[in-house]
Amino acid sequence: MSEGITPSQTVGPFLAIGLPWADGPFVVPPGTPDSIVIEGRVLDGDGQPVPDALVETWQADPDGRFDHPDDPRGRAVAQGGFRGFGRSATNPSGNYQIVTLRPGPLPCPDGGTEAPHLDVSVFARGLLDRVVTRIYFADEAQANAADPVLASITDPARRATLIAAEAGDAAAGDAGAGDAGRTAGDGTCGRFRFDIRLQGELETVFFDA
Amino acid sequence: MTASDQRAAGRLALPRYSSAAGVHPPLDCPGYKSSRLRAPSQPLVPMPQRLTEITGPLFGAERVTAGDADLTTGRGGEPLGERIIVSGRVLDSDGRPVPDTLIEIWQANASGRYAHKVDDHPAPLDPNFTGAGRCVTDSLGRYRFLTIKPGAYPWRNHFNAWRPAHIHFSLFGRAFTQRLVTQMYFPADPLFPLDPIFNSIPDPAARARLISALDMELTQPDWALGYRWDIVLRGRTATVFETEGK
Ligand SMILES: [Fe+2]
Repeated sequence: MSEGITPSQTVGPFLAIGLPWADGPFVVPPGTPDSIVIEGRVLDGDGQPVPDALVETWQADPDGRFDHPDDPRGRAVAQGGFRGFGRSATNPSGNYQIVTLRPGPLPCPDGGTEAPHLDVSVFARGLLDRVVTRIYFADEAQANAADPVLASITDPARRATLIAAEAGDAAAGDAGAGDAGRTAGDGTCGRFRFDIRLQGELETVFFDA
Repeated sequence: MTASDQRAAGRLALPRYSSAAGVHPPLDCPGYKSSRLRAPSQPLVPMPQRLTEITGPLFGAERVTAGDADLTTGRGGEPLGERIIVSGRVLDSDGRPVPDTLIEIWQANASGRYAHKVDDHPAPLDPNFTGAGRCVTDSLGRYRFLTIKPGAYPWRNHFNAWRPAHIHFSLFGRAFTQRLVTQMYFPADPLFPLDPIFNSIPDPAARARLISALDMELTQPDWALGYRWDIVLRGRTATVFETEGK
């Protein structure tokens, strides 16, 4: 039933007044052992960076559990300041960054297993509703091959838009996105790159959940 | 079969959130210029709701301090403009209140100017108004802000384009599927028929749900007009068992 639901409207160009948080990119506190950085750019249909977007992530903890009462396996107790949620506004180069822990795999209600992933919302001027995508990890090839969401996308080129690539430790993060990665501290043990192409060639797969 | 039977059978019983089909604006909206290079051109891929979608961050009081729901104080002096109270309830589409959930708002000042470097509308900034607020719903899903009525403002979408006065709202609800960012409008704004963002919502009845109502019970005599606006998130249906027929 969609009756009575309040419709969405765009965040507009001034979301920076109300939405960014100083600790937004930190799903775990800076310096957390085994933390990873996920970073990338939000790009428009001309391949130009989107400097006024907001990227939000939601994910399970490393054990594949959620600090949430609706998880039928029971509510996980958040460990070490793990929040599950990340929020990063893009900078003038269209870059966002999230510092987090790798999520664990998840059991599916109908059997099977979901590969480790993050759910992602992107908000921006020009988007009348958020767009939803998922981040999977390139080094989880075996789990990815068995994932029902990835399997639902038949075109391999499109499926590949959902896979974050391992980035060289020095490579990314210094391209202007800045802040989160640099202050993540010595604990970080991996960087992943995930660009979000809103439109056009190699457009990211977006979902209707 | 009960939920505990399901658990015994080793299956996961998950709540399911109702469809919002036909409510939200289509992403592709030719009248809204900024959507032309930003709206995806491929159709959205249907994704069943699983554990990540039926859970979500439960932000509440820890994200808010006492003064955050009052946008009119804390900046040294009083902002200019018409002081208003904006209040209502957050519900789901089955009528259940959504308690203890974070609401974030941002808006232009009384002159229609945002306190943001990108806003170059030649209307005065107000040193006493940032235009950002937060609050948490109470146990009945109620929220309340004290603010200044925002002004209409011009934008460059088309010649002589003006946005109807609005306040931006962001809500989490209790699951990833309930996340909502929207805008609240004021009654009988003459700019409604001219605004491509407001009119991007195809159903006029859904569009009307973004318009607050003047409420004399909320209005405080000799102090501030009150506008009431309820927000409805996707409903949570009774637990469904994925293994049974769909
Ligand atoms: Fe606005």
